[in-house]
Amino acid sequence: MRGAAPVTRAACALAVALTAASCGGGSGAGAGGPDGVLSSSWGDPQNPLEPANTNEVQGGKVLDMIFRGLKTYDPRTGKARNALAERIDTTDSTHFTVTVKDGWTFSNGEQVTAKSFVDAWNYGAHLKNNQKNAYFFEYVEGYDKVHPASGRPTAETLTGLGVTGPLTFTVKLSQRFSTWPDTLGYAAFAPLPRAFFDHHDAWLAKPVGNGPYEVESYTRGAQMSLRAWKGYPGSDKARNGGVDLRVYTDGNTAYTDLVSGNLDLVDDVPAAQLKNVRADLEGRYINAPAGILQTLSFPYYDPAWNTPGAVKVRTGLSMAINRRQITETIFRGTRTPATDWTSPVLGAAGGYKAGLCGRACAHDPAAARRLIAEGGGIPGGRLTITYNTDTGSHKEWVDAVCNSINNALGNDRSCVGSPVGTFADFRNRIGRKKLTGPFRAGWQMDYPLIQNFLQPLYYSNGSANDGRWSNARFNELVNEANADTDTSTAIRTFQRAEEVVRDQMAGIPLWYQNGSAGYAARISHVELNPFSVPVYHEITVR
Amino acid sequence: MGRYVIRRLLQMIPVFIGATLLIFLMVHVMGDPIAGLCGERQCDPATESRLRQEFGLDRPVWQQYMTYMGHVFSGDFGTAFNGQKVIELMASAFPVTLRLTLVAVAFELVVGVVLGVLTGLRRGRPVDTSVLLLTLVVIAVPTFVTGLLAQLVFGVTWRIVQPSVSYTAPLGELILPGLVLASVSLAYVTRLTRTSVAENARSDYVRTAVAKGLPRHRVITRHLLRNSLIPVVTFIGTDIGALMGGAIVTERIFNIHGVGFQLYQGILRQNTQTVVGFVTVLVIVFLLANLLVDLVYAVLDPRIRYA
Amino acid sequence: MPEPQCARPRSVAVEAVAVAAAATPDGGAAPGHGAAPEPGAAPQRRSAGSDGGAPTGKPRGLWSDAWHDLLRNPVFVVSALVIVFLVVISVWPSLIASRNPLSCDLALAQEGSRPGHPFGFNGQGCDVYTRTVHGARTSVVVGVLASLGVALTGSVLGALAGFHGGAWDAVLSRITDVFFAIPVVLGGLVLLSLVAGTTVWPVIGFMVLLGWPQISRIARGSVITVKQNDYVQAARALGASPARIMLRHILPNAVAPVIVVATIALGTFIALEATLSYLGVGLRPPAVSWGIDISDASPYIRNSPHMLLWPAGALAVTVLAFIMLGDAVRDALDPKLR
Repeated sequence: MRGAAPVTRAACALAVALTAASCGGGSGAGAGGPDGVLSSSWGDPQNPLEPANTNEVQGGKVLDMIFRGLKTYDPRTGKARNALAERIDTTDSTHFTVTVKDGWTFSNGEQVTAKSFVDAWNYGAHLKNNQKNAYFFEYVEGYDKVHPASGRPTAETLTGLGVTGPLTFTVKLSQRFSTWPDTLGYAAFAPLPRAFFDHHDAWLAKPVGNGPYEVESYTRGAQMSLRAWKGYPGSDKARNGGVDLRVYTDGNTAYTDLVSGNLDLVDDVPAAQLKNVRADLEGRYINAPAGILQTLSFPYYDPAWNTPGAVKVRTGLSMAINRRQITETIFRGTRTPATDWTSPVLGAAGGYKAGLCGRACAHDPAAARRLIAEGGGIPGGRLTITYNTDTGSHKEWVDAVCNSINNALGNDRSCVGSPVGTFADFRNRIGRKKLTGPFRAGWQMDYPLIQNFLQPLYYSNGSANDGRWSNARFNELVNEANADTDTSTAIRTFQRAEEVVRDQMAGIPLWYQNGSAGYAARISHVELNPFSVPVYHEITVR
Repeated sequence: MGRYVIRRLLQMIPVFIGATLLIFLMVHVMGDPIAGLCGERQCDPATESRLRQEFGLDRPVWQQYMTYMGHVFSGDFGTAFNGQKVIELMASAFPVTLRLTLVAVAFELVVGVVLGVLTGLRRGRPVDTSVLLLTLVVIAVPTFVTGLLAQLVFGVTWRIVQPSVSYTAPLGELILPGLVLASVSLAYVTRLTRTSVAENARSDYVRTAVAKGLPRHRVITRHLLRNSLIPVVTFIGTDIGALMGGAIVTERIFNIHGVGFQLYQGILRQNTQTVVGFVTVLVIVFLLANLLVDLVYAVLDPRIRYA
Repeated sequence: MPEPQCARPRSVAVEAVAVAAAATPDGGAAPGHGAAPEPGAAPQRRSAGSDGGAPTGKPRGLWSDAWHDLLRNPVFVVSALVIVFLVVISVWPSLIASRNPLSCDLALAQEGSRPGHPFGFNGQGCDVYTRTVHGARTSVVVGVLASLGVALTGSVLGALAGFHGGAWDAVLSRITDVFFAIPVVLGGLVLLSLVAGTTVWPVIGFMVLLGWPQISRIARGSVITVKQNDYVQAARALGASPARIMLRHILPNAVAPVIVVATIALGTFIALEATLSYLGVGLRPPAVSWGIDISDASPYIRNSPHMLLWPAGALAVTVLAFIMLGDAVRDALDPKLR
């Protein structure tokens, strides 16, 4: 074993290096106090930074800093409250009258008016603008004209939108949707200045919005410097001088930079470092719930999964997974075992109901074995869990889930992971209905409503209903809930719909994902909002 | 000689066309990139077909290729999915990677050849054995681990260097990444040099040189090394590609926004424009590097002639 | 490492190939020639002699002589024993590891060694010892066959280009250039996702397909150098056929760098297999290999280095064994050392 000796020595050197590393932290560049600028890790946004075209966290992070919409979500409770909206009135959950607060401007001085919203929404909805979040406007009347499922658009603007005054506009929805105003905190609903339409390329190179920060400089793929906008009229002013978002291609590097004092804030601590994080950062670590639920979805277009027996098999599989052990060992507590199909960030009043899943989500190998046998066994004899390898390390937990199932069933080959090289290929296989077994499904909420955790995922032909699950009773309950003008009864109806999901085990809930962040000693008041994004404007620099 | 170079340069044209076509087809075979753009949900069909039309994906592949090549010859390398011009991406990535590659090649040449000569002349001695064991470590431990280790030791514990490379990537910050990048190739270069040197050390011209009473360093550099370098130079020539286009792990660890990373991203997102653009430039680099290597043969061994 | 000095690396190539290819009928004869020529005036005589002389008696003597030398050489004995051991555990892993490599208990994840589990447990709570032993088959097969395939394909094509020059060189070299242009990630995602199999063959095929250009360039460079030597000119003057010159005079003398690269590549191919698995296009789970275990353990180097060290150590020992075997066999066959 000659070869092993130097390797051992190298590891010892490493151990020495790492104990010393734990004394990191310290001084980034620049001044402290209210003018202090902090640096934070960032990922290259996948799409151009248009509000209705940004559908992932990294772009969303910036939009959250440079835009304020009609509503904003409380960083702690996740509740929607008015931001630019003076009030949003409705009597029938279909016709809404929106009054915009007076005195708001974009950072270039232009006033934010009702037209700023209506123009932005018309832009976002129109097919010719290729906005990937256009479907957010699908409930507005006339959407099918500006964004037909096939063929050319027959209208330029949404008929459901009408400017009635400098600061008022009306919205007519095509169906009753009582909680619709609460969706308006999503970035897609942000107002846009004229510069966006008149000088589009220049705007993309240096976006201008109405949020607490303004863009000072933006080097694509490298860094965006945001500075506090002194003229921001809102109450949530930035308490620091600005934020430099630095693009990191690997979370590990960002973490190393944080430990060595070159970076102030990392908002995604790599799983492999979680064991060291407390020692490395001396408690400057946050692990807060976020509105993200990981599930296993099933291909219901495959008849084998669409039988009464398969319900038992799915329930059995759910009971075979030792969620607690996996979340503690693999994820080190940055995930919480799921016991319903929503997220704790909604709060009990918002529709989260711990334990709704009941015994079906509790680890019980004996019952799992029995149920799977009663249900006729795993279709095809072997469970393959499909996942993609290029976005995050899914291999680890899929292997762990499979081992859990294998151990429960006493067969070391009853479950295997099936990796797919690219996310696009993964989505294609789902889209072309080519899968024969369960597949990874992560759902990050767009807005903190129970509706957002159920309707897109389980409603017939919902936009994220990848398994093509369809249940008439569920659809009925969701329609009923959406039409209900009383929020609390609507939520109770949604929960009844969720029980249908449970009884059919439409998707196996795995765990609620937390946001995790580490920060340097020179900054404080760091928190993560329910979208796992740091609340930048509240951070203070020492 | 001049005619040889011109002939080689002319041969670049078919290689260029062949390589771009091959890469174009390969990215095409990977399938439809649009589905990956809409996050964890289905793109709505209307937007999907709009995007497909915008990126030209709705046309037959040969037409896409012809259009693309037409644009390339007028200097337009297209646009990435995030709206950035590929030419801008290349302008920021290639200079950084070129510097990184130069550092790595310098390490290979200097450290690799020195270690190779040392071990070749001292076969079986402790120095030979130690270098062999180091070689094994480099082969058996992934670059990811050696890179991380180097980053932690030099960047965090000793604070000699910055753990990550800044966006402008000055040469000084690239020394550690360059060494990590070169590590596996160093193993090859060292053992190739060792073999050649050991073999040539016993050749007649070296014996003659020694017998003539030439100083040892002169024998080594002028007679021994020069004749031993051909396989080494060849290897480094072939390694340029791996260093420039394949430095994904090193670039990630040190946060270098270079060619390897952009190419990797482009491939995963199936962004034909980015991938073909970058590979096209890389092909030109290979062709020039290999031409250079062939010319160096003639310098190292005067018996080799090109007509 | 007690390694005899003054060995002549030139002939190692032929021997290593012969050994690795389980001694083809040609293997016996080749060393006699491979050992002989050397650049410069003196070897020319011997080269010409062995070319003209009967290659019957002497190589036999050399071969059996070498065999005796080898058996007395502890380096050879040790490395051969290691390789035999690797082959044995590749075929019958349960001889020394009776547990099931796929049975894992997450409760034991990342635990260190304990009685009955000398190497500890990996991130999934699988026994590292069992997995290291059971991973040998895949890794050794991938490493050895991929290096062999690359060495053979590359040296044949490279030698043709270097020997014939002109149009042959132009065409073969430019094909090499096109292959160089294919990024490994792209090639893997495209080619290996098309042939999704559970065996190692697509993976080996892929490595050969993308690996040969490098060896080909190196072989070409070597052949171009060797081609200039006097003994080649002499053989040509004596009327030897191009095939004979190529096979008897050039190839044995040009193949040394190829072997050096191929033995080191053995290790990198084992690691590349893991990269491909990481990309989701390599061996499908539940395959067990050193590469996969090394890649899975890498992020945890800070807290649980043992997870990495054992499979990486096994990989290092394997590469070491092949490098040393090559060295020893070459030394034994070197006529100047007797």
